[in-house]
Amino acid sequence: MIRASKAAFISSAVAAFLAAAAGDAQDAPGSGPTSVAVSDEGRKIYEQICQACHLADAKGGGGAGAVIPALAGNRNLEDPKFMIEVLMKGRGGMPWFNDILTPSQMAAVINYVRTHFNQFKGTVGEADVAAFAAAAGKPDRAECVTCE
Amino acid sequence: MTEDTLPTRRQLFEMIGKAGGAIAMYQAMTVLGHAAETQFKGPPMLSGARKGASVLVLGAGLAGMVAAYELRKAGYKVQILEYQDRPGGRNYSVRGGDKIVEVGGATQTCQFAPGNYLNPGPWRIPHHHRTLLHYCKQFGVELEPFIQLNHNAFVHNSKAFGGKPQRYKELAVDFKGHVAELLGKSLNTGALDDKVTAEDKARLLEALREWGLLDKNMAYAASLRVSGQRGYDRAPGGGVGGAPTPSAINGLPDLLDSHVWTQMNFYFGYVMQTTMFQPKGGMDMIGKGFAKQVGDLITYNARVVKLAQNGKGVTATWEDTRTGATATASADWCVCTIPPPVLSQLELQAGDKLKAAIRAVPFSPQCKIGLEMKSRFWEENYSIYGGHSFTDQTIGLISYPNDKMHQDGPAVLLGAFANEANGLILAGMTPEQRIETALQQGAVFHPAEYRSEFLNGVAVSWPRMPWILGCTSRWTDENRAAHYQNLVALDGRIVLAGEHASYYGGWMEGSLLSGIDAITRIHQRALAA
Repeated sequence: MIRASKAAFISSAVAAFLAAAAGDAQDAPGSGPTSVAVSDEGRKIYEQICQACHLADAKGGGGAGAVIPALAGNRNLEDPKFMIEVLMKGRGGMPWFNDILTPSQMAAVINYVRTHFNQFKGTVGEADVAAFAAAAGKPDRAECVTCE
Repeated sequence: MTEDTLPTRRQLFEMIGKAGGAIAMYQAMTVLGHAAETQFKGPPMLSGARKGASVLVLGAGLAGMVAAYELRKAGYKVQILEYQDRPGGRNYSVRGGDKIVEVGGATQTCQFAPGNYLNPGPWRIPHHHRTLLHYCKQFGVELEPFIQLNHNAFVHNSKAFGGKPQRYKELAVDFKGHVAELLGKSLNTGALDDKVTAEDKARLLEALREWGLLDKNMAYAASLRVSGQRGYDRAPGGGVGGAPTPSAINGLPDLLDSHVWTQMNFYFGYVMQTTMFQPKGGMDMIGKGFAKQVGDLITYNARVVKLAQNGKGVTATWEDTRTGATATASADWCVCTIPPPVLSQLELQAGDKLKAAIRAVPFSPQCKIGLEMKSRFWEENYSIYGGHSFTDQTIGLISYPNDKMHQDGPAVLLGAFANEANGLILAGMTPEQRIETALQQGAVFHPAEYRSEFLNGVAVSWPRMPWILGCTSRWTDENRAAHYQNLVALDGRIVLAGEHASYYGGWMEGSLLSGIDAITRIHQRALAA
């Protein structure tokens, strides 16, 4: 069942990727599918993906007026649904991640950030993320054929 | 008619242009098969601004500077506030001595030799980006060819050919040949008889034989004819040993592993087709070209903290980043080109729809890395002159310099162009780790030289650039439907411009078209007010 939901999620993401081909045509490397795999482990996902902006200590950064928010000690993250929503839909300058992370990977990194950089109780599972995706109805997130 | 009485196409267009204006000329050109590839109808030709009318432009990137240039020509009093200490925004080149300070504090000082540079943002210009080409010509920005398609560069896929890079021409020619052979077989077994007429079937078989380089049995097989495209085992020479020998061809499974159709398709892309251009000496020559026209209007080191408006005009409050002093700038109208990741954090007096639209445009995490090498070993040892070698590793590709070919001395390779997860992976590293990764992965193409020829490098990860926090806007069809028109609509006396306010996200052409559209609407509104 878990496998089925993951497969369905990925295939619908691929369908969206193909369907949303028409409009934009950004500059892109053109390298084709990458062999670089994002980890399944929360800490490693944080290091590969999240610390790009939120930095290694999760304290965020940037100067006045151009701030990257801290994840460490961030009360918004007490509600895991908030994190699911941000990962699925993006927020401000931060893009959605449903074309980079699977529901299982999202759950893993949410749990890592909530417990390692914060002391929040409870964890989320792949099913919680998948349920949000199902409720949202569509991962219509990919944007163009040249953005490989 | 003789030649001297018959107007040339150009003269004809000029006559139509004089008689009916730019739009008539554009329509005539379109009918005759020209110019359908752009929305550019020539510079906006605004005129007759009301006496004393003023516009405040926020941001001295291309959108802001084209707006200022054309507005001043139309008679407006224009002021530009720019956060950085230079014009151009993402139209940017890094040279020896330049310092890059990232979010998080990592600092690099570029060590390139004089004349060498990295274009961290835009780096290639499609031939149909007529707006950009127009202003480059007008401002004397010299352009040179950007080598896009290089048949002799490599394609590397870690799961194909034991991880050994292959020349693009070999893979592409073999892929074409195998596909032609299979389609030919399918036709000859009658599998497609209900899809094509007998006459078309015969013509298609002939086309496949020619296009796929198939032999008399409609098979794709090694031959001198095939080598005439994919290259020889022994190339043609002179004299006694001049006869060439054919190269062996690759099998279909290996080609499928290589994903070479991705590159073949990439080169078909509308924005990726040859001919492409780059400015001589670095992409920032374009920003500098604009700044020659409007530099006197720009206040640098000005961080806008608040943008307010009422029925009469706009007021921006800004801070001098060197002294910390605050000041205000007022005007009748405002063209705001501050990119959404920063604009969304600003105190902005605007409607909820515009604010929601600004928050709906995230930015992407591209990373580019420049590696300065002692010599052009890719030219001397590999016969690669410009173009790209692709890889499925994090770095995405390496790209070879398009200028100064056949010269001695150090040259800069683009050692990575990564986006999406790969861009984030590189951004999360220290600059030193990024350069080490680029060396380790790029060495797959040039193992003998990559380390020993390396001098120094510089890595620009856009999410870590403190003045923008990302590289380019990302729109989805869904977000466009919900927010795009709200983003570009005039909100009171404020209008947004920039690549994010265009359908050419991430391209300089989008910035310019957006800027021109924004000021055209402001001008109309100002005259009507």
